[in-house]
Amino acid sequence: MSESKKITRRDFLKIAWGAAGALALLEAGGIVLKFLSPKAAEGEFGGVFTVGNVEDFPPGSVTPFNAGRFYLVRLADGGFLALYRKCTHLGCAVPWDQTSGRFVCPCHGSEFEPDGMVLNPPAPRPLDRFPVIIEDGVVKVDTGTIIQRDRTGPDDIVYP
Amino acid sequence: MSTDSPDTRPDSLLGRVWESIKRHDLPPQDDRARMRAVMSNLLLHLHPAKVAKPAIRFNYTFGLGGLALLLLSILAGTGVLLLFVYTPSPESAYNDMLALQTEIWFGQLIRNLHHWSGNLLVVVAFLHMLRVFYTGGFRSPREFNWVIGLSLLLLVAAANFTGYLLPWDQLAYWAVTVGSSLLGYVPVVGDWLGRLVLGGPEVGAATLTNFYALHIAVIPLVMAGIAGFHIWRVRKDGLTVPRRLDEPPDRKIERVTTWPHLLGREIVFALIVIGLLLFWSSWVDAPLEGAADPDHSPNPAKAAWYFMGLQELLLHFHPVFGAIVIPGLALVALAVLPYLRFDIDAEGIWFRSRRGRGVAIFGMLVGLIATPAFVLLDEYVIDLPSLLPSLPTIISNGWVPLAAILLLLIGYYDMVRRLFGATACEARMSLFTLLLTSFVVLTLIGIFFRGEGMALVVPF
Ligand code: HEM
Ligand code: FES
Repeated sequence: MSESKKITRRDFLKIAWGAAGALALLEAGGIVLKFLSPKAAEGEFGGVFTVGNVEDFPPGSVTPFNAGRFYLVRLADGGFLALYRKCTHLGCAVPWDQTSGRFVCPCHGSEFEPDGMVLNPPAPRPLDRFPVIIEDGVVKVDTGTIIQRDRTGPDDIVYP
Repeated sequence: MSTDSPDTRPDSLLGRVWESIKRHDLPPQDDRARMRAVMSNLLLHLHPAKVAKPAIRFNYTFGLGGLALLLLSILAGTGVLLLFVYTPSPESAYNDMLALQTEIWFGQLIRNLHHWSGNLLVVVAFLHMLRVFYTGGFRSPREFNWVIGLSLLLLVAAANFTGYLLPWDQLAYWAVTVGSSLLGYVPVVGDWLGRLVLGGPEVGAATLTNFYALHIAVIPLVMAGIAGFHIWRVRKDGLTVPRRLDEPPDRKIERVTTWPHLLGREIVFALIVIGLLLFWSSWVDAPLEGAADPDHSPNPAKAAWYFMGLQELLLHFHPVFGAIVIPGLALVALAVLPYLRFDIDAEGIWFRSRRGRGVAIFGMLVGLIATPAFVLLDEYVIDLPSLLPSLPTIISNGWVPLAAILLLLIGYYDMVRRLFGATACEARMSLFTLLLTSFVVLTLIGIFFRGEGMALVVPF
């Protein structure tokens, strides 16, 4: 053991003080971040929506729910899907275009299929979706859980 | 006691009060007194007592740094006034703006002044950076002050971005929606970061609260601190002294007293700017569109004009590249510029040298031609994602075009060095000019040539 490798009392105290200081800073940072983190979304958007009965939505229909920021889509085969209307490109509100049968974003022209699949970039992934719950013929949408997906698939669709 | 220690102060009470405030003869009568007046006054001692005569030539600094300071103070003053009529909530914000413009005495004028000063500050801070770059004002020992300046530029952008939301009109709502969505593309922490800034998944009441706190407290305080540090550094290092092409660095420099030579110019310049700003703000109103409507995005939904260059990049690259990789690379490149090796002595010389002026113009011309050409090619001819269908778009529309462009830029640098026999400093400046021109052209395209659905249009 060479002399220089020994930790003197002074060195030890320096390190201890430094570590304590760093820890204090970290804690302060953590407190600030936690304090600033988003509060649970209050009110309508973010809660569970009871949107109606299965029969209210004919197959091949798209119904907007502005308060919940979603479209309830019933595909031609009768399956349900709730799509978050926020464009996956840069967040514009995507309107449903009845004549073309697509969602067409006004901001940079992304287009989506009724099931959310991208037909036209720049959107990098399909429209996000919310879980659809069907109990006793009543359709509910949970807007508290935003589900991102890289591709559309049969698992996205709920059948009554 | 008072009989044997006579009081030398003025006879009248008022006179003694005045003397206690000013402490020196005003106006000072000789150079010595003038220097003392500058040194012992809190505001004036931001200046040295004497300055190099060439350094106060208007066509060296164009007063841009000082102008930025002036605008910061106008923004502080008008901003505090606006606080008295504005409530940051989605229910009242927009109505407060309407009331401000129609019911409050001089409300529209104060809003205009704040709006236009904020916009002008973006331009002025940017031009100031260009001035410093092209005169080599960032050379040792001023490298770090350049980095400080860069952070000020970012803070100016942040202040504008947060302020943009506050009127809560359609323009504000969607520009901030689009702008903050860019955060979502930051690798790994993007979603978390976006939610933190917005206070939720979308722009809403929580976003307004966050932006308000940032805009009126956090950013101004940080900016005041950093700007103070920036000025202090300029004061300690002294301003670089301008030189003509043939002047040696060790020439004899005449020095003059700050009072009145520099102060006089500063005051006249400030008054002219204030006058012009008042005139402009009396005639041109800050824009205000319909109230924010989260259900309907306008078409086109454009960012604020100073982010149009970025927006244009987004139309050509995968968002991770357009919003994060390329701007990030540009910032890092700007920050390390003063730390690269200098191979010619050019401090204080506009565009480094005679050859430097040539290659700067060359860079500008190349940028002017190449940028629109690339935009048109990408819009109408090249479609990388469908040429490379097996690759994810982050590669075909990100890595591939970025690598191609970087190779072209390296080739350009090499060509300037060979073709013009340019030194590294000159070639670097030429490259900088090329990229600067591209950025300006992209911004102009974004402002004037993008219409519905962001398609290219001809505005006339
Ligand atoms: C709010 C923004 C800013 C303010 C208020 C400010 C203020 C000033 C002032 C008053 C000066 C004295 C000389 C002059 O007027 O040119 C100065 C010099 C300087 N500034 Fe800034 N500045 C700002 C932003 C920047 C930026 C964006 C950069 C570069 C990235 C920068 C880098 C420098 C450097 C290196 C000097 C010394 C130049 C020399 O000695 O020739 N500043 N600044
Ligand atoms: S935000 Fe929808 S295409 Fe850009």
